[in-house]
Amino acid sequence: MKHDFSELRLDRVTRRFAGAGGHAFAALSELTITIRRGEFVALLGPSGCGKSTALNCIAGLLPLSGGTIQLDELRIDTLPPEKRGFGMVFQNYALFPHMTVRRNIAFGLRMQGVPGSQIASRVKHALKLVQLTGQEHKLPGQLSGGQQQRVAIARAIVIEPPLVLMDEPLSNLDAKLRIETRAEIRRIHRELGRATIYVTHDQDEALSLADRIVVMKDGVVQQIATPHEVYAQPANLHVANFMGYRNVVELDIVREEGTRVELSGPDMRLVGTRKQMGPGTRAVVAMRPEEITLGEGPDGRNTIVARVDNVEYAGRDSLVDVITSSGTRLHVRATSSPALGDEVRVHVSPERVLVYPVA
Amino acid sequence: MRTPWLERVWTGLLWGLMTLFVVNIGLMIASVATNSFARRWLGTWLPEGYTTNWYTAAWREFQLGDVLWVTIEVVFAVVFLALLVGVPAAYTLARRNFVGKRLLMLLFLLPLMVPPITYGIPMATVLYKVQLAGTIWGVILANLIPAAPFVILVMTPFIEQIDPNLESAARVFGANTGRMFLHILVPLLAPGILAASLLVLVRTIALFELTFLTAGSDSQTLVVALYYAVFAAGVRAPQSVDAMAMVYMAVTLVWLLIALRFVNPTQLVSRVKEHPQGAM
Amino acid sequence: MLLLFIYPFIYGLALSFTPPKGDWLANYRTFFTSDHLWPTIWTTLKLALPATIVNVGVALPIAYKMRIKSSYQRWITTILVVPITLGTVLIAEGMLTYFGPKGWLAQFLQYFHFYDGSIRLTHNYWGVLISLVISGFPFAFLLILSYITGIDPVLARAASTLGADPFAQFRHIYLPLLAPGLAMCFCLAFVQAFSVFPSAVLLGAPAGPTRVISIAAYEAAFEQYDYSLASAIAMIMGFVQLLIVAAVLGLRGFFYRGPVSGGKG
Ligand SMILES: Nc1ncnc2c1ncn2[C@@H]1O[C@H](COP(=O)(O)OP(=O)(O)OP(=O)(O)O)[C@@H](O)[C@H]1O
Ligand SMILES: [Mg+2]
Repeated sequence: MKHDFSELRLDRVTRRFAGAGGHAFAALSELTITIRRGEFVALLGPSGCGKSTALNCIAGLLPLSGGTIQLDELRIDTLPPEKRGFGMVFQNYALFPHMTVRRNIAFGLRMQGVPGSQIASRVKHALKLVQLTGQEHKLPGQLSGGQQQRVAIARAIVIEPPLVLMDEPLSNLDAKLRIETRAEIRRIHRELGRATIYVTHDQDEALSLADRIVVMKDGVVQQIATPHEVYAQPANLHVANFMGYRNVVELDIVREEGTRVELSGPDMRLVGTRKQMGPGTRAVVAMRPEEITLGEGPDGRNTIVARVDNVEYAGRDSLVDVITSSGTRLHVRATSSPALGDEVRVHVSPERVLVYPVA
Repeated sequence: MRTPWLERVWTGLLWGLMTLFVVNIGLMIASVATNSFARRWLGTWLPEGYTTNWYTAAWREFQLGDVLWVTIEVVFAVVFLALLVGVPAAYTLARRNFVGKRLLMLLFLLPLMVPPITYGIPMATVLYKVQLAGTIWGVILANLIPAAPFVILVMTPFIEQIDPNLESAARVFGANTGRMFLHILVPLLAPGILAASLLVLVRTIALFELTFLTAGSDSQTLVVALYYAVFAAGVRAPQSVDAMAMVYMAVTLVWLLIALRFVNPTQLVSRVKEHPQGAM
Repeated sequence: MLLLFIYPFIYGLALSFTPPKGDWLANYRTFFTSDHLWPTIWTTLKLALPATIVNVGVALPIAYKMRIKSSYQRWITTILVVPITLGTVLIAEGMLTYFGPKGWLAQFLQYFHFYDGSIRLTHNYWGVLISLVISGFPFAFLLILSYITGIDPVLARAASTLGADPFAQFRHIYLPLLAPGLAMCFCLAFVQAFSVFPSAVLLGAPAGPTRVISIAAYEAAFEQYDYSLASAIAMIMGFVQLLIVAAVLGLRGFFYRGPVSGGKG
């Protein structure tokens, strides 16, 4: 068991399950990533995309069907979980119901044979870190959801693992507690200075916590990049969809020069930016509602004429649905609320019209 | 920490124990079966010849026709009455809250926790006093005592699964309790009722003590007849006793196999476990 | 329905205090002074306790092995169910044929010279003990299996990420969570073994070493027609049982009791 490391390397990690009708399907295929010490990596993707599978493979709870995992020079994918020594926070906490908070947290240390006096001081320190001092004699059943969550974190980090794995640890908390605990997880990560892999299906969580995000779909990695890059420059249409690019329109390519693409449809002409190469004379553009503005663009470029079909008040701004003459529906976030049935112009800057090949 | 080597020895030991158990039981059944077809079998590996005569002999000697008929009567009467009492009782216990519910629950459990002999003897005494002992009704009544609580235990989780809103909805549309029971609950509970009746059936066929204590000569069920046959083994040829044992086994196994198609084997040992914990 | 159970019970209790002759305690005095009555308690305990300990003790590790859902798990549980439904009488008859001095087992052992002396496994203490194991083990196994599968496997996985090897997972997670269930299982298995009757008669030596308490009760009732004494014996039997059950359940009070899942709620 190592307590420090500089790199965790996953190389084409694959896990197959027997699917319907007996044929195997890959719940996780060829995940390759190198995680450095101190990094916070989020695995992001819709339900069933293989995030938990990836985490369980790293923890050793599932054997791999292919690929290798290395911690620096040490190959660990053949070790059982108890020999890997990673801390794991489970989705539903998995606190031992028959042990007090203190004994739950001390469990990992006891298993390592750490002497009693040291256990006491390290547990105390961990309790302070998760701000649970004073609760150590309660049973898990007597704690609130947020407190249980923090016990689960304390239990995972007290053994000072080289890597902390968290599987949707906030999914059971209410919205307010979730935001509070999110900050706490980030703080604990900073204080320990070790690596964390965090599984979530919530893009906000991933964006706010992670140094790098791995976006997955159907077991396949779609993009590995910083939060800013994933948010602003999705590598493909799936990622764009998942990151909130709700306006997706298929158009003809008129001209293409480097990454700059001119496209046209029955009732719009747009200039966009190529994000992913692809064959064919048609392409798909993806635009965020927040990045489409009401009104004419500079010199009338990238402007679309449409009729207001629906307005939803959303507090700070409104969600406006507009329909073009050929029936294309666009979602726009607008600070003013136009009246239903009005004819409006909307525009979007060429950098924010992302062009992908037709799926 | 244990080495993989120790781990393997341990696993091997457990599998060995299990195999030993299963193989011996298998052989035990096989030897009864062989003996029941044996012409003569004295201290050799296999008998000298085979015959089916012992079955006809057993059928005649032990009046198996009558015994089987009594068994069927008793078992089906017990299943029917136990359901009639047990299902509404389980419904009441699962849905209503009232004072003394826990005590009632505990009382219902007692017949399952106390061995049959302990209450079988006072029970038989009472039956003798009211002159029901020795009749088929006495046997049915005695067997009902553990059967009805068992139905309650098996049914309770099934009833708890049903959304109470469904019952409210039926009431809103004007169904009274009886009709609601018939039209809404019985169809929904069908799987549970099926499971309960099969389990009661299998258990009643095999339940020896109560029938033994209360049965007369013309109200014997198959188990009791088998007991007397084994008890008086010197009188009759062992092959004919074994033939009867095979008949008995065939009867239980048929029902057991049917039951296993519909229920999880763990239900056979009753679900006593969860309730006493809740009741204390 | 309850009356059907309660009334005979109360009646039996009352009957046991109203012997045909002597004062109200006469039956109990008879029981505890008669040399062929009170030792039956020890005889029964000597059979029931070892049988229960073997059954629970062996069933526990096997059930622990079988906790993982697999295709053979269902098969094995099914195979193990069969002896339960065979019932004690059939097991006794089968054992007489198979374990008897001329049965296959004896022949096998002698053929391979594993044991050359005469083999007596029926009509004595061992015959009854074996039959109690055959009929009681599957019961204990199924009960423990259903307790074990009720424990959230995620807890063991959590323990393994904290450095617990399979044995430590059993000791620190499964065993404490199982303790109340084991106590319950022990009680039920014991109650079953304690009331041993048919196999003690058919397989044992009902006049001597396997003259268990239920035989004494039966004889009192149906051979001497002394229902009053029989009821007293039945009551004593119930009382001894309750004593053991209470002791075991009392021990259970020391253990954790509550939900066996690690989630919230
Ligand atoms: N033990 C298993 N046997 C067969 N298929 C499995 C098993 N575990 C997971 N799968 C399948 O693998 C796929 C990925 O599952 P996984 O649990 O990794 O999803 P996830 O991304 O964690 O989803 P969620 O966000 O809902 O937790 C799913 O299609 C699932 O059905
Ligand atoms: Mg998951």
